[in-house]
Amino acid sequence: MATYEAWSEARGAEIIAAHADQQGATLPILHALQDMFGCVPAQAVPMIARALNLTRAEVHGIVSFYHDFRSEPPGRHVLRLCRAEACQSLGADAVAAHVRRRLGVDWHGTTADGAVTLEPVFCFGLCAVGPAAMLDGAPLARMDDAKLDTLLERAR
Amino acid sequence: MSTRVYVPRDAAALALGADAVASLLSQSGDVEMVRTGSRGLFWLEPMVEVATPEGRIAYGPVTVADISGLLDAGTLSGGAHPLRLGRPEDLPFLAKQTRLTFARCGIVDPLSLDDYRAHGGLKGLARAREIGPAATIEVVTQSGLRGRGGAGFPTGIKWKSAADAAGERKYIVCNADEGDSGTYADRMLMEGDPFVLIEGMAIAGFAVGATKGYVYTRSEYPHAIATFNAALDIARREGVLAEGFDIEQRVGAGAYICGEETSLLDSLEGKRGQVRAKPPLPVHKGLFGAPTVINNLVSLASVPVILDKGAEFYRDIGMGRSRGTMPIQLAGNLKYAGLFECGFGITLGELVNDIGGGTRTGRPVRAVQVGGPLGAYFPPALFDTPFDYEAFAAKDGLIGHGGVVVFDDTVDMARQARFAMEFCAAESCGKCTPCRIGSVRGMEVIDRIVAGDKLEANLELLRDLCHTMKFGSLCALGGFIPYPVMSALEHWPEDFRTMRREAAE
Ligand SMILES: Cc1cc2nc3c(=O)[nH]c(=O)nc-3n(C[C@H](O)[C@H](O)[C@H](O)COP(=O)(O)O)c2cc1C
Ligand code: SF4
Repeated sequence: MATYEAWSEARGAEIIAAHADQQGATLPILHALQDMFGCVPAQAVPMIARALNLTRAEVHGIVSFYHDFRSEPPGRHVLRLCRAEACQSLGADAVAAHVRRRLGVDWHGTTADGAVTLEPVFCFGLCAVGPAAMLDGAPLARMDDAKLDTLLERAR
Repeated sequence: MSTRVYVPRDAAALALGADAVASLLSQSGDVEMVRTGSRGLFWLEPMVEVATPEGRIAYGPVTVADISGLLDAGTLSGGAHPLRLGRPEDLPFLAKQTRLTFARCGIVDPLSLDDYRAHGGLKGLARAREIGPAATIEVVTQSGLRGRGGAGFPTGIKWKSAADAAGERKYIVCNADEGDSGTYADRMLMEGDPFVLIEGMAIAGFAVGATKGYVYTRSEYPHAIATFNAALDIARREGVLAEGFDIEQRVGAGAYICGEETSLLDSLEGKRGQVRAKPPLPVHKGLFGAPTVINNLVSLASVPVILDKGAEFYRDIGMGRSRGTMPIQLAGNLKYAGLFECGFGITLGELVNDIGGGTRTGRPVRAVQVGGPLGAYFPPALFDTPFDYEAFAAKDGLIGHGGVVVFDDTVDMARQARFAMEFCAAESCGKCTPCRIGSVRGMEVIDRIVAGDKLEANLELLRDLCHTMKFGSLCALGGFIPYPVMSALEHWPEDFRTMRREAAE
């Protein structure tokens, strides 16, 4: 389970300053913010723009271009399921449908109790042991409905 | 004396419980635990090996529940047990391979530079420094090495152009975005033999006179990222990198298009990953406007062995204009899915049936997608196609980064065709209309076809749309997505005609 800090302007400024001097600093900054806060908070956008001499619109354009960056922190657990072809060949679509039904959320959704956020991924490179998943950063192989039920039962 | 035991730390082995196996074994008496990469026989992972006087003896797949039984059977000294596999090199899957780029993967401790040296590492770099930059490029050119990222461009020629380009700063960029489903060779090397990439980049940097190297790794590979950063620290500390050439790793953010080289450069520069029009080519005007060599990770990791063993040694393997070896990644619904490095020329049928053992589900093979989401689907009727850049192109396919994804007879090819369009719509960088809009139209048209709505007219529309995308797209995302779509339609037309309601037309 990952824990994230609540947004604080001071912490945000610190993170931005720590990375702003490298060449092509945008992605390192965005990753560092998301590692700290669980997302790229909207309040950080004008701060990044100032630090990197970009417009707010440009920064927003960059953040929204990349699938990884969230605008809200995730639930207490993040379950990422592979949706790509190699996992499809082993029934990933059906497994994903089961998980969505069970959690009562669609892709990118968080359960009402805040326990689990469900995210789609296109390939973990675990294509020989699919259907693949990752729960809170731990890789998982040969997933099926029952195995995921057990994992989700514990993810509270 | 303690027994040396090897347990992989490759992400796929971890996904199958390797950590728990390793920690239990570590507590079982006098064990010296070495965490390695994977040998790539994933149906046998976690594969545990023990050092014995007769060499390493493997057991697998080992679960936590097997361990007390294994220990009772004396497996720490290579004893008999139903899971005993014998010497790994004697397993047919490995014995049939020609492991050059993957020579050390699964054998060495990925973070031991001593191991790396003891298994032939750093000899290629030493050779390059001995013969000088121009001769190094000549060896790479003569070896016939072509880019393993997909396009198959000759690596030596790319390096020569960058070496000849004027510029105070030059860059080597390693493309470790590995976005294609069914591929995992880059990941395995970063986790199992990261020094080979560092050595390959050091050789490239020396050859073209680069001042800095970047590795752009996909964020979906947290273990690879961590291992590679640890290896970089060691390489710096131990002076592997020469004065004036450092390497830095950057992490992507989930955009498939950032595997396209110019989009990757924009992303490294901190922008949206949009594809650039060519020319200028990256070798002339690449990262931050400076001459840049951008190569796939496997291309770079193949260079050390080429320098060490010579251009001829490498060139003598393979077929036609595809020289050397290709680490083929067998994936999806296969009984024996894993990494199979061999000379070009092996047929698709041998890979799927003989090496891969047919499907994991035990049902007949129906379709095989080669080369990732932009690659064509092949029916068994085309299984005589040899693994070779030109042979696949001749069948309207591509080998791409070497991923082979197998589907059994439950696959719905109209659905796969729709997925290709959906993927293109989601991952388009947005620069050109045929790709951005055409892919969305493509999904809609396939939906109508599957619903049986104006079947013939919509099939014609789909063909037209594919034609427009193929010829009106700036890069191979929009340009090649028609291949999986059209191959599905050509070889499995029945899947598109499940709801014949032609009366409606
Ligand atoms: C949509 C798209 C995605 C690509 N993804 C990758 C990738 O993930 N990894 C890669 O090495 N090359 C990828 N390529 C190919 C690169 O553009 C480029 O050809 C390659 O990095 C050059 O290195 P090489 O000559 O060593 O193959 C992609 C190309 C396209 C059009
Ligand atoms: S084909 Fe698609 S991904 Fe490629 S440049 Fe055009 S819009 Fe971007």
